[in-house]
Amino acid sequence: MTALAWIIWTTVALVLVGLYLSWTAGRLDRLHARIDAARAALDAQLLRRASVAQELATSGVFDPAASMLLYQSAHDARLAAEEQREVAESELTQALRAVFADAEQVEAVRAAPGGEESADELAAAVRRVPMARRFHNDAVRAARALRRHRTVRWLRLAGHAPFPLAFEMDDGPPEALVDRANGGGPGH
Amino acid sequence: MRIGIVCPYSWDVPGGVQFHIRDLAEHLIRLGHDVSVLAPADDETPLPSYVVSAGRAVPVPYNGSVARLNFGLLSAARVRRWLADGDFEVLHIHEPAAPSLALLACWAARGPIVGTFHTSNPRSRAMIAAYPILQPALEKISARIAVSEYARRTLVEHLGGDAVVIPNGVDVGFFADAEPAPEWQGDTIGFIGRIDEPRKGLPVLMRALPAILEARPQTRLLVAGRGDEKEAVAPLPAAMRERVEFLGMVSDEDKARLLRSVDVYVAPNTGGESFGIILVEAMSAGAPVLASDLDAFVQVLDGGRAGEVFANEDAEALAAAAVRLLADPLRRKHLTERAGRHVRRFDWSTVGADILAVYETVTEGAGAVAADDRSRTFRLRG
Repeated sequence: MTALAWIIWTTVALVLVGLYLSWTAGRLDRLHARIDAARAALDAQLLRRASVAQELATSGVFDPAASMLLYQSAHDARLAAEEQREVAESELTQALRAVFADAEQVEAVRAAPGGEESADELAAAVRRVPMARRFHNDAVRAARALRRHRTVRWLRLAGHAPFPLAFEMDDGPPEALVDRANGGGPGH
Repeated sequence: MRIGIVCPYSWDVPGGVQFHIRDLAEHLIRLGHDVSVLAPADDETPLPSYVVSAGRAVPVPYNGSVARLNFGLLSAARVRRWLADGDFEVLHIHEPAAPSLALLACWAARGPIVGTFHTSNPRSRAMIAAYPILQPALEKISARIAVSEYARRTLVEHLGGDAVVIPNGVDVGFFADAEPAPEWQGDTIGFIGRIDEPRKGLPVLMRALPAILEARPQTRLLVAGRGDEKEAVAPLPAAMRERVEFLGMVSDEDKARLLRSVDVYVAPNTGGESFGIILVEAMSAGAPVLASDLDAFVQVLDGGRAGEVFANEDAEALAAAAVRLLADPLRRKHLTERAGRHVRRFDWSTVGADILAVYETVTEGAGAVAADDRSRTFRLRG
């Protein structure tokens, strides 16, 4: 093989490797953007849930004990520091499940002035939190899978982006509230 | 909201995925959204105003059956043009893991993408081989929907990741309000499906029929669906053949009336089902359902509470259960009531709201859908 052929083939190989690397870096970049968007959506849903819960807690439709419990957990969830967030949000989930343990409580909220709207908002929020969380964690899984590739690790294609972490929390919605949304509740 | 939906299969061929997309698009349009559906179709086929043709699909053998698929440069160009013209806020692609238009769209677009996984095919060799190509396309999907818990499980096993479960929708009112037909009433069993497709299970029902007729000679079996009728009744003793009535292909209205009329609806499918929309339609119409115990069916029947199940492919069990049901009006009434409550979660009002919630979740804080230039430059040069 002549020197020229060597040069041509080496150049072609280098260009192909370069294209592959830039494409992989682009994939990673896109995945990180997807995680960011998914995390923003999850935060928005969590905030919505906490806001409606706090609003309901101060509206006087609950007994004082339930009001305090709901207010405290909603307040904590909104103000929690990043590393406390998963625990605080799980506690709000549990408080909501406790407060809306039976269908009568949901009916009572709906009967109050403006309650229909708040109950619908809360039902939508508790339905969307698990959705948003699942989409977020799915994006995290995809990014982690790619970042474990040797090429990505050795060549540090991920740059300085932090290793993505899943958001783990208890997000089981109160049955009585969601049942209504599913059309299974009374009088629907 | 401007919504782009990609249908992987030919619009002119009837099928579950196509019907689902048609109903979803019409439901969303009724709610005031801007919807465009990209689907393979012959250029002569008349299409609804919201459907854009992606060209003719080519029949190719894939995964044990003949699939009609789109691929190649021309289709890819049409996908790009549709994406550019539509300026969608969210792109909803169906069946993204099949080598189809949906995969092309996934490859060509970026932005908020929602993917619905309908079938739960066992992992194929093609999928394993294509995994390195498939994965970069699939990881663009911001939100995955599986049509049943069963479909979600297979998705998680095969591709990793996770999905939310949103069932297929049914217009419950359409079936519940249909007028029963007197000529189809009185000791009747209903079956709807392709006669010559063994997986739909008509042969199992034919094997069970002699025992049913022995116990209840007045029973009639009403079969709606395409296929060779003579061949279907061939296994029956000659005297029993007149107890089977073939209705041929029926319209949607007649299907609803048939389901409203029969005493028992039997779904003896032997496999390949990931959802079971016909069971939901039967339950909506108030027909007591007796189905084989496929995972997907048991789930649609609320774990067997909204309908009865029998061991798959077991004709004796089917016959025994059918005779018991036909002889017990109280049990049938009970099943109808249970099912009537259970099907509300499959009504388009609920399913549509859930799908819109997914759209809103992925579009929050994200840009619009656009053509992915990166994949184009890579493909042209590489």
